[in-house]
Amino acid sequence: MDIPKDRFYTKTHEWALPEGDTVLVGITDYAQDALGDVVYVELPEVGRRVEKGEAVAVVESVKTASDIYAPVAGEIVEVNLALEKTPELINQDPYGEGWIFRLKPQDMADLDALLDAGGYQAVLESEA
Amino acid sequence: MRKTPLYEAHLRHGGRLVEFAGYALPLQYTSILEEHLAVRREAGLFDVSHMGEFWVRGKEALAFLQWATANDAGKLKVGRAQYSMLPNERGGVVDDIYLYRLGEEEYLMVVNAANIAKDLAHLQALAKGFRVELEDASERTALLALQGPKAASLLQGLTDQDLSQKRKNDVFRARVAGRPALLARTGYTGEDGFELFLAPEDAEPVFLALVEAGARPAGLGARDSLRLEAGFPLYGHELTEETNPLCTPWAWVVKLDKDFLGKEAMRARACRERLVGLILEAGIPREGYRVLSGGRPVGRVTSGGYSPLLEKGIALAYVEEGAEGPFAVEVRGRAVPAALSPLPFVPLK
Repeated sequence: MDIPKDRFYTKTHEWALPEGDTVLVGITDYAQDALGDVVYVELPEVGRRVEKGEAVAVVESVKTASDIYAPVAGEIVEVNLALEKTPELINQDPYGEGWIFRLKPQDMADLDALLDAGGYQAVLESEA
Repeated sequence: MRKTPLYEAHLRHGGRLVEFAGYALPLQYTSILEEHLAVRREAGLFDVSHMGEFWVRGKEALAFLQWATANDAGKLKVGRAQYSMLPNERGGVVDDIYLYRLGEEEYLMVVNAANIAKDLAHLQALAKGFRVELEDASERTALLALQGPKAASLLQGLTDQDLSQKRKNDVFRARVAGRPALLARTGYTGEDGFELFLAPEDAEPVFLALVEAGARPAGLGARDSLRLEAGFPLYGHELTEETNPLCTPWAWVVKLDKDFLGKEAMRARACRERLVGLILEAGIPREGYRVLSGGRPVGRVTSGGYSPLLEKGIALAYVEEGAEGPFAVEVRGRAVPAALSPLPFVPLK
């Protein structure tokens, strides 16, 4: 499983990539593979304030629905509208075109509490 | 977990195994969507060896089956098959089944895997009054389903029988890839196709020969999305011990001009709800979601999922008799508009 080293991770299989004073959030390669074909994504409202760990989006595959949690507290500032027409981007490019929302963290320092690539790898190994 | 004779073959083809009715079976090999579309457009191959097979033989085999099943087994000629149901004495459904007539006094009944023990006990109790032999051959029967518009042409290259002479619901003996098989032009996908009953040791060579000839291995995920799109019931969801089949789109199966167990009870029970097909404006309905009309709950989804052909969420749902649309399905607290759809959801041959 691909785990890029340029970003942070959660135990619930989201990734968070810092860009300026915002973070881009998506799900990991492992998560998309476990879900299977993604056929629908319920995106959050732009402007919504969210707490760390709050369910903010839903990714539905053919077989199941999965909540996507905010990795840190903040405000949703952008959502990936391309997923409305092409939800399969999450399968095809989970770390790039398949991003789900952009969050402006209350405090960028909150990201330090997340896992790095090595820490996330360890989570996957403990689940295996 | 029990293994089917194809367990090793599934692993070698990358099957992701899950437990279903006590068996380790592939949910998917590569992608449920791709496998679904392969069946709609070409040919897919399923391992359905978990299904139960009962042989019914004897002088009173027909009389017994007439009493134990709701369809008219008397209409079955040798070499023909029919969809049917096992009614209970209360007018509900013990199981939905497929019945094949192989000889003058010889029938094969295929039942749902999760119901094998229950059905057998039920049938054994009913059989006491008849000169009939009931044999559970589930353990020594492998079953493959080859489904899709290219199923016949693909299978033709591997069998000694002329498939162009075989109609839907025909059943006949044949050799496939050199192995003896019982073939039936039946299935659970809404496509043309064949089901192949085999000895366990022949399952893998026949599976591999069909894959070699171009059939795409397909898993339980596609099997469920295909049957849902085709508007077929799944026991435990649309049909249960409490369901009156006369109140469902499958009422045609029940032949009231003959006697069978529970017929009067079935006839006496009023229909309090009816089964509908729904197509959602957005999102994916799942089993248990509420159906709303004018903001009021009027029913529940019994099977829901994604239709790869419609590219929309679809559901089979029971709604109160008399409930008028427009309907909505409650998806995570939101009422999503849902249009009534005829069954099947998609045009099928």
